Amino acid sequence: MKFTTEWLGEWMPIRVGPDELAATLTMAGLEVDDVAPVAPRQDALIARVETVNAHPDSDRLKVCRVSFGGTAPAEVVCGAPNVSAGRSYPYVMPGTQLPDGKAIVETAIRGVRSSGMLCSAAELGISDDAGGLLELPADAPVGASVYEYLRLDDLVFEVGLTPNRGDCLSLLGIARELSVLLKTSLSKAPGEQVPAAHAEARAVHLSAPEHCSRYAGRVVTNVSLATPTPSWMSERLRRCGVRPINLVVDVTNYVMLELGQPMHAFDLASLRGNINVRLAADGEQVELLDGSTVTLDTESLVIADDEGAIALAGVMGGMASSVTPATQSILLESAWFDPIRLARSARRLNRHTDAAHRFERGVDPALQAQAIERATALLVELCGALPGPLVDVKLDAHQSRGSVIRFRPARIRGLLGMDVAPALAREIFERLGMTVTEAVDHWSVEAPAWRSDLSREVDLIEEIARIVGYDQLPATMPIAALQLALPATADLTEAARSVLVDRGYFEAVTYSFIAESLAQAFAPTQTPILLQNPIAKDMAAMRPSLLPGLLGALAANRNRQHSDVRLFEFGMRFNRGAAELAQETALAGVICGRVLPDQWGGDGREFDFYDLKQDVTAVLGALGERVPQFVPCEHVALHPGQSAMLMRDGQALGVLGRLHPRMCKLLDLEISPLVFEIYLEALKAPTTPAFKPLSRFPSTRRDLAVLVDHAVSAGQVLAVVRGAAGPHLRDLQLFDVYQGQGIDSGKKSLALGLLFQASSSTLNEPEIEQAIAATLAALASEVGGALRK
Amino acid sequence: MTAPHTLLSDGLADIAATADLQALDAARVKWLGKKGLLTEALKVLGRLDETERRVAGKVLNEVRDGLNEALSTRKALLEEAALQDALGASAIDISLPGRGTVPGGRHPVTLALERITGIFRRAGFEVVTGPEIENDFNNFEALNIPGHHPARAMHDTFYFPDGLLLRTHTSPVQIRTMLKQKPPLRVIAPGRVYRCDYDQTHSPMFHQVEGLLVDEHTTMSELKGLLHEFLRLFFEQDALEVRFRPSYFPFTEPSAEVDIRLPSAHGVSNWLEVLGCGMVHPNVLSNVGIDPERYQGLAFGLGVERMAMLRYGVNDLRLFYENDLGFLKQFA
Repeated sequence: MKFTTEWLGEWMPIRVGPDELAATLTMAGLEVDDVAPVAPRQDALIARVETVNAHPDSDRLKVCRVSFGGTAPAEVVCGAPNVSAGRSYPYVMPGTQLPDGKAIVETAIRGVRSSGMLCSAAELGISDDAGGLLELPADAPVGASVYEYLRLDDLVFEVGLTPNRGDCLSLLGIARELSVLLKTSLSKAPGEQVPAAHAEARAVHLSAPEHCSRYAGRVVTNVSLATPTPSWMSERLRRCGVRPINLVVDVTNYVMLELGQPMHAFDLASLRGNINVRLAADGEQVELLDGSTVTLDTESLVIADDEGAIALAGVMGGMASSVTPATQSILLESAWFDPIRLARSARRLNRHTDAAHRFERGVDPALQAQAIERATALLVELCGALPGPLVDVKLDAHQSRGSVIRFRPARIRGLLGMDVAPALAREIFERLGMTVTEAVDHWSVEAPAWRSDLSREVDLIEEIARIVGYDQLPATMPIAALQLALPATADLTEAARSVLVDRGYFEAVTYSFIAESLAQAFAPTQTPILLQNPIAKDMAAMRPSLLPGLLGALAANRNRQHSDVRLFEFGMRFNRGAAELAQETALAGVICGRVLPDQWGGDGREFDFYDLKQDVTAVLGALGERVPQFVPCEHVALHPGQSAMLMRDGQALGVLGRLHPRMCKLLDLEISPLVFEIYLEALKAPTTPAFKPLSRFPSTRRDLAVLVDHAVSAGQVLAVVRGAAGPHLRDLQLFDVYQGQGIDSGKKSLALGLLFQASSSTLNEPEIEQAIAATLAALASEVGGALRK
Repeated sequence: MTAPHTLLSDGLADIAATADLQALDAARVKWLGKKGLLTEALKVLGRLDETERRVAGKVLNEVRDGLNEALSTRKALLEEAALQDALGASAIDISLPGRGTVPGGRHPVTLALERITGIFRRAGFEVVTGPEIENDFNNFEALNIPGHHPARAMHDTFYFPDGLLLRTHTSPVQIRTMLKQKPPLRVIAPGRVYRCDYDQTHSPMFHQVEGLLVDEHTTMSELKGLLHEFLRLFFEQDALEVRFRPSYFPFTEPSAEVDIRLPSAHGVSNWLEVLGCGMVHPNVLSNVGIDPERYQGLAFGLGVERMAMLRYGVNDLRLFYENDLGFLKQFA
C-alpha cells in the first residue's frame, strides 16, 4: 500500500519527520518497506510556448519561442512530438542542470541557436514517461518552479500490510492509525451528503444477502469524460501507483485510495432496467473489462441488470457496461461484499484485482454511503455532473458489525507478562475506536466496524501490546519443570555424519524435486510423484532416491575440475508404497576419484567397491547396525556385478555399489561413480553391548591358504570356516586373495588367519589340529576347497 | 720406571685425546689393562722396601682412581656425541605435508541448524520432525488458516494433484506434536520447507526451525527473553541489538517479527528480519484439543539459510544448493 505525505497531510497534522513517521508505523505492525521522494530536487521553471516554427534544416525539429518569466523569451529547438503553441511545459535554463546531472548550456542545433531545454517527465525524474514533453495545466503560473508547483517535495511511503489490516488500505485508514499512535486527531471527515439534482435512479435488489448485504447506487448525469482529470488528482493517483485513465475512473480510484472503498461506474445508457445483486446461473457468461470472458457457476456473485450479468461483483466490471468516451451518464456503485465468499470466488476465477484484494481483507461495512457521496461531490466539482438521489439498500440482519468481545483485564498480565493499568488499557481501546462497557468481572468491548480482525480477547491484548509498544515488554526467561530424556535419534545421525566427514566426505543439500525422467529412471516400477505446479521442468517430481540429486552435484563438481568428489546427503525420499505414500529419511553418498588426494608417497589408487564397503560398514556401525549382511542384488541404478544390498532379517537396509553404465550415460557422466543409500528408518535402535569374560589363556594362530573355484565367494568360504572351526575360534581374518601364476586358472587362493583361544584352559595341539581338520573337511565338502600345496 | 706424577698426567692426556668409544677402550687397555702401564708400575711395588712401597702404593692408587674417573667421564661424553650424530643423521623434513585422508565437512546449513537446535536442546527442548508432504489440515487449517484466508497468498504452495502439498513451513510439526503429546511441551522442529518462488533471495526449498513451548504460565515476555538470549548466543554478541515488532501470523496472537542489528564497520547497519514468533493462537490450541483457558504457548520459526548467511557472510542463497566443493570446503 502506497501513500504520500502530501496527501496524508490533508487528513491529519504531521508533526514528525519522515524517519519517525516510518518508525512509528513499522513499530506498530505496519511495516514501512520504502520511503522515496517522488522526484529529485530540480531547477525547471514553468514556461509557455508562444510560437512554434519549423526548423529550416530538419523536418522533425521545431523552433519554439518560450516565455518563462525572464526578461526576454528564449529560443529553444525542440524535437518533442507534442510541443504546441499556447501550452505550458517545464523549461530548464542554460547554466542549470537536469536532475541526472546533465548541464544545460547554450548551443546551436543544426545551425539554430537553442537556449535551454523543454523537458519530459522522464527527464525531470518524475516518471518513466519519455514519450513527449510534460504538459502542465493552462493555469500554471509561468516562471514558477515546477518542483514547487507540482509539489514534488513529496515522499511516497510503501507499507507492507499484513492481511489482517485491510482497514489500513487507505489514506483514511493510515491516518486513523497514526492519529492513535501520535495522539492527534483527524482533520477531515470521509464524505458529506450531496443533494440530488434530479430524480433519476435505478432500484437495487439484493438477492444473495449472505454475499452482499449493502449496495449503494446513484445515477449521475451530465458527466463529461472530455474533462481532463486535474493534475492534483492525477499526480496523487500516479504517486500511489494508480495509472490515471479518465475522469470517472480516476474519481472512483481516488475515493478507493482515500477511503478504502472499491467503487465502480457503469455506463447508464447500456444498463437495461434495475440492479440485481445475485448469484450467477450455472454456465452464465460475462465479458470482463480486461477483454476475457468468464463462465460462472452458482457460487459466483454478479451484478446484473434486467437482461443479465454486467459485472463480477467486487472483482471486475463487465465490458458491455463499461464507461466509454461517449458516456454522459453513469451509475455509481459502492457496495459491501462478504470477504470469505468473495475470496473464494476471486480465487476460483483466478482474478486477483485490487478491488478483490480489498474486499477479501474486509472493507468497512459502514463506509458505502460516505464513499459514494465523496465520489459524487468530486464529479460535481470537477465536471459539473448532476447527481440523482442516493439508493442505499442495507439488509440489517446480514450487516457485518464490529465484534463485541468479553475482556478480562487480568489477562493482560497473564498473556503478556507485563502490567498495564486498566485505565490505560481502556484509554487505548477508546482511542482505537472501541466502545468499552465495564461489568463486575469483565469488560464488554465493541470493536469498530472497520476492525473486522478483532474478534477475541487475545486480539485486544495484542492491540494493547502494540500501542504500548513491544519494546516495553520485559524480557524474562521461561521457568519450566526439568524433564529428563534419552539421547535423541538426532544424535545417531550426527554420529554417522561425523564418520563420513572423517572419511573425507562433504555434506551436500540437493533439491527434493528432480526431473520426471530421472525419477522414472531410478524408480521404473512406480508412477512418479509429480507436483501440480512445479517451478521448473527439471524440478517436477519428488525424488524416489537421494542419488539422482547427488549425482547431479557430483557431475557439476567434475565440470568445475574437481576430480576427486565424495558427497553425502541426509534427506527424505518419496515413494509410493504398497498402499500409500512413503516419505522416509535416507542417507546417501556418491564417490568418484582416488582413495587419497594428491600427496607425496601416495599410490593414486582409485576408490573401489571395497573402500565403499568399509565406509558403509563404519557408517552403519555409528548408526547401531554392527553386523550388516551384504548380499548380491539387482538394482536398476547399479552395476549388477559390483553392487550389494544391505540386509537384516530379510529387510533391506540400503544398497551400495557402482553406478550402472546405463545411468552414467543417462546422467552424462564419463566416469562410473560408486554410490550408497541407507534407509535410516529401517534401522533399529542400537543394541546394548553384552560383555563376555576375557580369557586369561594364550591364543594360537593358524594360517590356511585355501584353493576354491573362482565362482565361490569369499563370504561362502568364511561362513563355512565359522561353522566348522569349533567353539574356540575367536577371530577369523581374510588377509590375501591370489589368482594367477602357480594355481589353476578358474581357481583362486584365499589366505585365512584363524585365531583359537579357549576361555578356561590352554588349547593343546591335538585340539587345534582337530579344529583345522574339521574346517578343511567342511571346506572340501561344502565349497570344494582344498589346501594350496 | 716413570715417575708417578707423570703417570697421571700422561694417562689423562691419552684419555682426553680419544675421539671415539673405540679409542677410549684402547686407552683403557693401554693404562689399566693386564699389561697396562699402571699395572706394570704396580708390579714394581713388590720390589721396594716397606716405607717406599707404602708411599708409592698410595700414589699409584690415586693415579688409578684418577684414570678411572676420567675414563667414565670421557665415555659419557663420547656416548652423548654419538647419540647426537645418530639423531642428526635420522632427521626428517617435518615441513613435508602429512599423509592420509583429509576430512570432509558438514554443509553450512547443517552447521547453522545444529547450532540453533544445540542451543535449545541444552535448555531441554526435544527435537521432533515431521513429513514434508503434508495435508491441508496440518499445514493450514489447524493453524487457523482456512481455505479462503488471504494469508494463503503469503505461502506460494506446491500442490500435488490429490490435494496434498509440500509443507510451506515447519509449523505443521507443532500440530503433529500437540496432537500426540500433552503439555507441558518444549520442542524444536528443524526441517526442509517449500515455497513456489525462485530468485536471488528466494529458493523453492529451504530450511526452517520451529520452536514451541506450551505450559500453564507461558507469557510473551518469556518469548522475548528466550529469543533475545538465543540470538545473543547464536551470533556470540552480548551487545547485539534486537527488536520485537508487531506482525501477523494466523496461528499466533499476539504476533511479532524479530529484527537484529549487527555491528558494522561502516557506521549504522540496517535492521535485519531474522524470525517470526508469537503466542500460540487459542484457536490452534483448541484445534489440537488443548484447553486455551488453561495452557498458553509460545512459538517461533526461523529461516536457517538466513541465519547461516548472516553468520558466515554468504551473499547468495543459491550457493547453498549448488554443492560446489570450493564452497563446501570453506566450512570444513
